[in-house]
Amino acid sequence: MSKTLYDKIWQSHLINEQDDGTSLIYIDRHLVHEVTSPQAFEGLRLSNRKVNSPKRTLAVADHNVPTLDRELGIKEEDSRIQVEELDKNVEEFQIPYFNMNDSRQGIVHVIGPEQGFTQPGMTIVCGDSHTATHGAFGSLAFGIGTSEVEHVLATQTLIQKKAMNMLINITGNLDKIVTSKDLILYIIGKIGTAGGTGCVIEYSGNALRDMSMESRMTICNMSIEAGARAGMIAPDDITFNYLYEKPMAPKNEDWDKAVNWWKTLPSDSGAKFDKIVDIDATKVTQTITWGTSPEEIVSIDGTVPNPDKISDEVKQNKIKRSIEYMGLTPGQKISDVEINTVFIGSCTNSRIEDIRSAAEIIKGKKVSTNVKALVVPGSGLVKKQAEEEGLDVIFKHAGFEWREPGCSMCLAMNSDKLNEGDRCASTSNRNFEGRQGKGGRTHLVSPEIAAASAITGKLTDPRNVT
Amino acid sequence: MEKFNTFKGIAAPFNILNVDTDKIIPKQFLTTIKRTGLGKHVFDEMRYKKDGSENPNFVLNQKPYDKSNILIAGDNFGCGSSREHAPWALKDFGIKCIISTSFADIFYNNSFKNGLLPIMVTKDERVALLEDAKDKENPEIEIDLENQEIRRPNGGKIKFKIDPFRKKCLLEGLDDIGLTELHENKIKSFEESRSTKHPWL
Repeated sequence: MSKTLYDKIWQSHLINEQDDGTSLIYIDRHLVHEVTSPQAFEGLRLSNRKVNSPKRTLAVADHNVPTLDRELGIKEEDSRIQVEELDKNVEEFQIPYFNMNDSRQGIVHVIGPEQGFTQPGMTIVCGDSHTATHGAFGSLAFGIGTSEVEHVLATQTLIQKKAMNMLINITGNLDKIVTSKDLILYIIGKIGTAGGTGCVIEYSGNALRDMSMESRMTICNMSIEAGARAGMIAPDDITFNYLYEKPMAPKNEDWDKAVNWWKTLPSDSGAKFDKIVDIDATKVTQTITWGTSPEEIVSIDGTVPNPDKISDEVKQNKIKRSIEYMGLTPGQKISDVEINTVFIGSCTNSRIEDIRSAAEIIKGKKVSTNVKALVVPGSGLVKKQAEEEGLDVIFKHAGFEWREPGCSMCLAMNSDKLNEGDRCASTSNRNFEGRQGKGGRTHLVSPEIAAASAITGKLTDPRNVT
Repeated sequence: MEKFNTFKGIAAPFNILNVDTDKIIPKQFLTTIKRTGLGKHVFDEMRYKKDGSENPNFVLNQKPYDKSNILIAGDNFGCGSSREHAPWALKDFGIKCIISTSFADIFYNNSFKNGLLPIMVTKDERVALLEDAKDKENPEIEIDLENQEIRRPNGGKIKFKIDPFRKKCLLEGLDDIGLTELHENKIKSFEESRSTKHPWL
């Protein structure tokens, strides 16, 4: 029978299945960070359990590490205790670890792929909803809660039920100016933040075949914002080339065997999907969010919606609330909206390609005097690469701050946060109320739009910055 | 885990769309290394004013809802991050059951692991329960997991569906890890065959 990519990975990891479909699946890779793991390690200690497979586990501190003056340590006591707790736990349970001062440290979803820890055909989990990112390699990757983190640490398995197969088929080609961030925001706008609930999304279509791994990761990353626990893209030569000679990728004979196996993974023709959504790539424009939900999107040349035109009362109230919180007016042109902060970073858009595209726009220009702008590379290795290419100099000359890697202002657990009323063009993934700091206002944008907006001080189409 | 017994409790009307986990428990409270003590911070930004005092307009600050055990929630409750701090905080506040038309997957999963029951009902059923909850004089609803039944203040009953395995785990207070360890031999032989076939994994 024809199978989807998801079916194949699911079946090859199935250890046990009960009559009601409750299944025990094997987990190949487990990424661990400081925020969602302390209670899990504590649980292991209390029940006298060990970590089943430390070699399949990789830990890193990323959520609340400082991006400035790292050598001084972590100022905030709670955050420091949490990171110290991880230091102790990885030591006690013998888990491979990139500590805060390791050159390979970075955002968990940047370092996994970068090290070749992430590979096609694997099941990958992490106590973080953006684990979906790794699906860009044709793996089944999803976020789990702390109880499940403890379960995976103890048993290297998870109790799950199979999700539905959903296909998002992108037909036609994207305009050159349109990025993968625009595309995923557009898709979320189309299907809504619950559009993928209960599903694993497979993205397909020619537009994806031409995309780099970095761009594909941006798409899979935000599957959770569309309600899906996992998003995946079939592996191809671009995937294999990316992984070749990565430190933890298979080597020599194993590499050849792995590639042969990886080539069997893409969905068979005629495979059955429970839901199919067609997206016409030619209709996708440069897309950003105006509101406080990732589905509240607008084209960069568009306007803030008018809630009076919406008949459903609950929806109307939500939109009214978003407009109020965001300090906008219905019908206002989005490109007239002034910002005072720009954040280029997060597991969505902090990879070398993102930093290059932003630098391209910034080159030789200055950040608007009203704007505080920062670049937070996704990992120590991304930072190093960018510095070797001289990109840090471009940013610094323009007036950007060039920071140390971490999650930073995406969720503002460290001291990088918005103040009440600040408005930020952010390359991150969530624009919820207060996400980047209490009372802060977030517009989710591509690195290109973030860069252009830093220069003009307004939400700006990069083509209008010359 | 504590066993989930039939209980009668105050239901709060909480008809907001897409309540995300940042809203349930904002990031400044995620630095804890414990599972307990988050109840006072649940819905922090809606619940407290800038000066730290309670916002009287927020439903869970109003009597009798400050003693709620049940939320009648809007669509897509619990969307966003995987933080288990969300069910921990709700549970610590006293919430034992959330009723809505839909939940985000990870939140839904995390709830069961913490003895918090998410129940899915139809749109009409939710509307009826919202009306029940709005009656401040008598907002008590009974939740009977064993019989998969919500009993309304007017004596009406609403049946709900639930995965049999999850139901059993809640009713008996079973520990997932202990259950999985019963499959130890199967896991070992799976690992061995996998290592032979795909040694790089």
